[in-house]
Amino acid sequence: MKRRPKALGLISGGLDSMLSLKIVRDVLGCEVRAINFYTGFCITETQRRKGTTRADGSVKANEALVAGAELETEIELIDISDKGYLDVIANPKYGYGANANPCVDCRIDMFQRARQLLDEWGGDFVFTGEVLGQRPKSQRRDTMALIEKNAGLRGRLLRPLSARLLPPTLAEEQGLIDREKLLDISGRGRKPQIALAQELGIASYPQPAGGCCYLTDEAFARKFFDILDHRDERRLEKEEIVLLASGRHFRISPRAKLVVGRTEGENFQLERHADGRYLLAARDHNGPVALVEGEPTWEEMVLASRIVARYGQGKEEPLVTVEWKKEGGVDELRVEPFRDDASFIQLRI
Amino acid sequence: MERPEPDRILDTSGSFCPMPIIETAKAVKEMEPNQVLLVLATDPGIVSDVPIWCKGSGNEHLGTEREGRVYRSWIRIRRREGSEG
Repeated sequence: MKRRPKALGLISGGLDSMLSLKIVRDVLGCEVRAINFYTGFCITETQRRKGTTRADGSVKANEALVAGAELETEIELIDISDKGYLDVIANPKYGYGANANPCVDCRIDMFQRARQLLDEWGGDFVFTGEVLGQRPKSQRRDTMALIEKNAGLRGRLLRPLSARLLPPTLAEEQGLIDREKLLDISGRGRKPQIALAQELGIASYPQPAGGCCYLTDEAFARKFFDILDHRDERRLEKEEIVLLASGRHFRISPRAKLVVGRTEGENFQLERHADGRYLLAARDHNGPVALVEGEPTWEEMVLASRIVARYGQGKEEPLVTVEWKKEGGVDELRVEPFRDDASFIQLRI
Repeated sequence: MERPEPDRILDTSGSFCPMPIIETAKAVKEMEPNQVLLVLATDPGIVSDVPIWCKGSGNEHLGTEREGRVYRSWIRIRRREGSEG
């Protein structure tokens, strides 16, 4: 009797990955282990960290877990937002896409990790919901082959939705899975996937939301590159990711950067990350919390204080006292709030 | 109202999503069927994540309640047929 193949699935929670899981498990009959890598750059997770809720006050659920519930499959969340991953993001061998998205390097790193898990588990192949030609760079035929090779998964990476347009995997060649049951979908359209979802009985799936990764976001990318460009060494700390996604950022000098919170949730996150930074707030008025990174001059401290005062309830006052806290010490600066955004908006990153 | 008696308490207070559910999944794997895990969390994401994770993993979500900043979520360990661990 033919043994039951073991397949490790990378599940984002989107429709394509849900379909691929359903095909591998229910159509091909494989034993499936489903994982989702948490990179730290996921927009939904970061918004949840900042306390962003739906209109009714409820908290949005993790998208991969929602997919797991629909498919009655446990999705293992695995945190990969470690130094090794962040070094890849800050120094990509294959460069960035339109924004700060080094999709090829990111996928190679993820697939290398998947290969390690596959080998430890004794699995036959890794599968994903990738569709040939769906993304401009990372899902081109040549790039998909490059990623597969660099991840050490040659012949062991199955893309069920496009498999018949791609060379057969080892599992197909060995007769473990039936190539005839795989699909030949390509391109950016979604009609074939929607029809397939109906056929396979997937009742609920997320609508495409224009990407779920902050690295593909233009505003995030400006802040991301600003950090890297103002450091001697190209590196990013794990704790900085949520800061990059929080607040208004101002480059007040090559030595110093100001981040001003916009919501209660952002203020909370800024306070949590005050270690090693200056924590600013108006002393006598409600308003935002802000952080200053680096070593500002006195003039730059005045500038930052005037911006912070501008966003608080004392913005119409002639003078506002802004506290600067760092490592137990408190300094105070009494400044005139900026009256006009045009005076400082050019500093916005 | 009588709460289920937990066999194990997992305190994830101070950690942010998705860490509480990652730690929960790990704890559940170390427990036996029918035992009860009580998860404590300060991240409000636990309210939506635990029931959904339970549905996917085949475990039973017994309920979640809030007391001040702390959320308490009870899970009864179940094993889906054919699953490992």
